[in-house]
Amino acid sequence: MFPNLKNPVFTDIDDLSEMARQLRRDIINELLISKSGHSGGPLGLADLFSVLYFNKLNILPQDPYNPERDFVFLSIGHVAPIWYAALARRGYFPIDELKTLRKINGRLQGHPAPLKTHGLPGVEIASGALGQGLSIAVGTALGLKLDKKSNHVFCICGDGELNEGQIWEAAMTAHHHKTDNLTVIVDRNHCQIDNRTENVMMLEPLVEKWKAFGFELFEIDGHNLKEIMDTIDAAKKVKGKPSCIMLYTKMGQGVSFMQDNYKWHGVPPNDEQGKIALSELLPTKFGDFVDYYKK
Amino acid sequence: MNYINKCGNLLIDNLDLKNPEHKETRRGFGDALVELGKSNPNVVVLGGDVSGSVRTDLFRDAFPDRFFSVGISEQDMMGTAAGLALAGKIPIASTYGEFATGRPFDQIRQSIAYSQMNVKICASHCGFTVGPDGATHQSLEDVGIMRILPHMNVVTPVDYNQTYKAVTECVKSEHPFYIRFYRDNSPNYTNPDAPFEFGKADTLYEGTDCTIIASGLMVWESMLALELLAEEKISCRLINMHTIKPIDRNAIVQAAKDTDCIVTCEDHQKIGGLGGAVAEVLAQEYPAPVEFIGASDTFGESGKAVELYEKYGLSFRHIAEAVKRAVKRKK
Ligand SMILES: Cc1ncc(C[n+]2csc(CCOP(=O)(O)OP(=O)(O)O)c2C)c(N)n1
Ligand SMILES: [Mg+2]
Repeated sequence: MFPNLKNPVFTDIDDLSEMARQLRRDIINELLISKSGHSGGPLGLADLFSVLYFNKLNILPQDPYNPERDFVFLSIGHVAPIWYAALARRGYFPIDELKTLRKINGRLQGHPAPLKTHGLPGVEIASGALGQGLSIAVGTALGLKLDKKSNHVFCICGDGELNEGQIWEAAMTAHHHKTDNLTVIVDRNHCQIDNRTENVMMLEPLVEKWKAFGFELFEIDGHNLKEIMDTIDAAKKVKGKPSCIMLYTKMGQGVSFMQDNYKWHGVPPNDEQGKIALSELLPTKFGDFVDYYKK
Repeated sequence: MNYINKCGNLLIDNLDLKNPEHKETRRGFGDALVELGKSNPNVVVLGGDVSGSVRTDLFRDAFPDRFFSVGISEQDMMGTAAGLALAGKIPIASTYGEFATGRPFDQIRQSIAYSQMNVKICASHCGFTVGPDGATHQSLEDVGIMRILPHMNVVTPVDYNQTYKAVTECVKSEHPFYIRFYRDNSPNYTNPDAPFEFGKADTLYEGTDCTIIASGLMVWESMLALELLAEEKISCRLINMHTIKPIDRNAIVQAAKDTDCIVTCEDHQKIGGLGGAVAEVLAQEYPAPVEFIGASDTFGESGKAVELYEKYGLSFRHIAEAVKRAVKRKK
């Protein structure tokens, strides 16, 4: 459906916005079929993924491991449904495969599985156990710098995930080695499993923490496509230190009854809820990969 | 001749194998914690952002002052638990199996096992049965890596009732414990009034041709296998090895002497877990043929629990086949 060209596929904000909505519909449909998986985080990240995969990333879906590619590490493996939707829509694998989320013998594992065992194009390494992605991203960034290459490395972290000490160990390493080819994107949705983030573990003052750890910091509205685009450009231009984008999002964005509610962290919609969700996320010109309710 | 011979009063009366009562083992943990909270003011609980899942929410809501949220930081959780133990508390550290053992292994090794701290690590969501979450969340190595630690006690109760007992009993000891249980609903079939003693295996069925030594959810699966085997006139002893460490050496050696072959069954890697532990005892004391049921040096994947048991060879049908192989290997 899409030309497998380098980015940008879309330059128009309206197209990116429509794609973000389609990604949200895809997430709902994936979860309706799998009847298991995470709704909230993935919906909140749809705008970011639309911008990354359809505008900003330097990627070649037909050659997913091209040595010149930008690297994306999804440290929060549980938001896989948005990643799978974006990868499929961008042509990394057939859109129809979104029907196989979390099914036995499939490539779309509940949490992204290693390339060597499951071979899903676009995935670099396994994730699911939280807190490990940033170290890997720093390692890749260091390797790329050693080779004087210009690929950029993005690592997407959750705010709850920042409870893990390894994140801050990696942040120190990134700062120490001046990995300016690395951008951490923190999904600041104020939600994690048990409660809102500040009730589980005090994170604030979070921006100051990242600054103190030596990062150039950007704070933006995670549902404003223009802001995301501009900030990714700005982050790529940072020299001499790593960058961090504090992406203020709402868990479950786009579906009224899920929005900003931590209880939607890890559950799928049931058939009735899915119907309401899809009625709120209007159909797009890109079309659904399934008509779940036509049986 | 009878091929299925139930022993003693270890199982509930009138057990219906086709349609047993189901109850979550994690709920047995949560309910036991609440009772402990009432009777023992030193019991404290640490939460790692999965309290609703591992059912420490029940203790948290009843005793908010004695519940410490440490966020998603399992290494920190184990260290904090050790510190609480030094202050005279009895800390219960609980999260999912993989993150309770693999992630904070060195903290457990140095600050809990080596230092002999009175910390109880209680892990839910173990084994293949977390299903669709996939390999990262299927803890199949936890028993092995806890078992190799000196001073660590390792317990794998089979159902709600036994989980409740194990959690209640472990607090009476001052030693470090690892207790393993599960997310899903599973048959609740052990007699709540039967005695429970760490290190003393339960012989649930008596038999002559082979002994099945099983742990956790695989004990139920083994009971289903007994039915299949009886149809083929094969009679098995079935041992619930609820304590993997210290393991009941006498029960293992006696089984080898009486039935001349063994099958071990666990929802875990064959390497390092119950199977390894049983083989170690037999190799030293009374060599006999052993067949292993468990993950064959492989990670899991997404899928429904029943599909995974089928694909990875853990179903009652696989157990029955393994028994037949073991019987054939007898001298
Ligand atoms: C090491 C580890 N500990 C615990 C978990 C269980 N877990 C999965 S997601 C999650 C909450 C993550 O919160 P956040 O990063 O804010 O993601 P969001 O809820 O916003 O999607 C937890 C505790 C895990 N996957 N890995
Ligand atoms: Mg969050």
